[in-house]
Amino acid sequence: MRNLWIFINRYNAFFLFIIFFTIGVVLTVKNNAYQRSVTFNSTNEVVGLAYENLNIFKRYVNLGTVNDSLAKENAKLNTQLLAIQNVDTAKLVTVKDTVNAVQFTYLAARVIKNSITLRNNVITINKGTADGIQSGMAVISAGKGVVGLIRDVSPHLATIESLLNKNTKISVSIKSTKALGSLVWGERNSDYSKAYIKDIPNHFKVKLGDTIVTSGFGSFPPGIPVGRISNRGIATGDNFLTIEINLFNDFSTLQYVYVIKDKFAQEQKELESKLPNEQ
Amino acid sequence: MNSRIILVNVVRWFLLLSVQVLLLRNMSFYNLATPFTYILFLLLLPFGIPNLLLYLIAFGTGITLDAFYDTLGVHTAACVTLAFVRILFISVSVSRDNFDEPEPSLGHMGFRWFALYAVLCTFSHHLVLFFLEAFKLTELSYTLLRCLLSAIFTLFTILLVELIFFNRKMR
Repeated sequence: MRNLWIFINRYNAFFLFIIFFTIGVVLTVKNNAYQRSVTFNSTNEVVGLAYENLNIFKRYVNLGTVNDSLAKENAKLNTQLLAIQNVDTAKLVTVKDTVNAVQFTYLAARVIKNSITLRNNVITINKGTADGIQSGMAVISAGKGVVGLIRDVSPHLATIESLLNKNTKISVSIKSTKALGSLVWGERNSDYSKAYIKDIPNHFKVKLGDTIVTSGFGSFPPGIPVGRISNRGIATGDNFLTIEINLFNDFSTLQYVYVIKDKFAQEQKELESKLPNEQ
Repeated sequence: MNSRIILVNVVRWFLLLSVQVLLLRNMSFYNLATPFTYILFLLLLPFGIPNLLLYLIAFGTGITLDAFYDTLGVHTAACVTLAFVRILFISVSVSRDNFDEPEPSLGHMGFRWFALYAVLCTFSHHLVLFFLEAFKLTELSYTLLRCLLSAIFTLFTILLVELIFFNRKMR
């Protein structure tokens, strides 16, 4: 012990240098946006690879449940297909502009990293700019509702700002009354199966068990299911209701998600940017 | 005597940092060469200073500069590196009997020693500074060029300041 102390004392210049230099570098990375983004990206590639490998194993274990859900979805799509095929096309006179009618296209991606226990949860998926993913795109899960919005994109990976994130705000409406509100999470709770809807005007009648869907404002297409109202009477003291809902989506077992490409996103953005800034 | 050294250093700190922040910060040639003359303060701290105190002063100086440059941590790390090089160089090149000299300035130590000392310290400081600022190795040659040109500029200003005050400190 004494020898160790003597050793440290003799080379104290070096050890002090290591300590102070580390503090300096940590300060740099923590407080400068650019340096942080570089660190974040380079580590993310390493971490992403590790998770990818881990996931090969995890996928195998969960094969059964995934199979079931795929089979279910297959069945659903088949019924829809049948319904479309059985339409009597001879009666249709108008020509549908099918090129422009398809505004939203779906791109399936696999979740390679997910968290539900943090204050700000982020999901990593295995598709990136190479597949046409851009920041701000909407992400949903198979038939069960919203997941979040794309945040950062690298060539082959992307991070999603999950709904379970303080910064995520999604425009939703109550299906029966069409009342608009914004979906938030994490201000009062950190339960991954619950979320809150704020800013619904007081005069709307809200029933327990009503379905919440996306409103179509923002990146999400309209009508995507989000959850069911579980508590309508949260007093806020202002003229707006705050509603608690149970999410349809089970974030803890998320494996495959769909990224939604909005064909008109760029166009809409350009058009709206022409508006004068009314502040 | 001791309080005089402290006073001189405090005054020097304020002078050099205000010159750096108010004047030299706005000065650069094609964004390539920027002088960081404030490191002269760290170079001229007295010989007898304990290592820990030297690191703390370097840390404080760096973090003050960072506050003005909005680059929290970059100058701090560079100044700490400079302190480390300073300790190494002085322990290698200065014999015990030279320690009665109050501080490692041009007037006390002679031109050759001071020039080598300043070159080593400036280069180590600038290397850390510019590499932390760039934070990647892809623009290696550009970063190195900036580092080299800035170091030359800094050294020029440091030697200029030292030569101006040369006579006063001569024994």
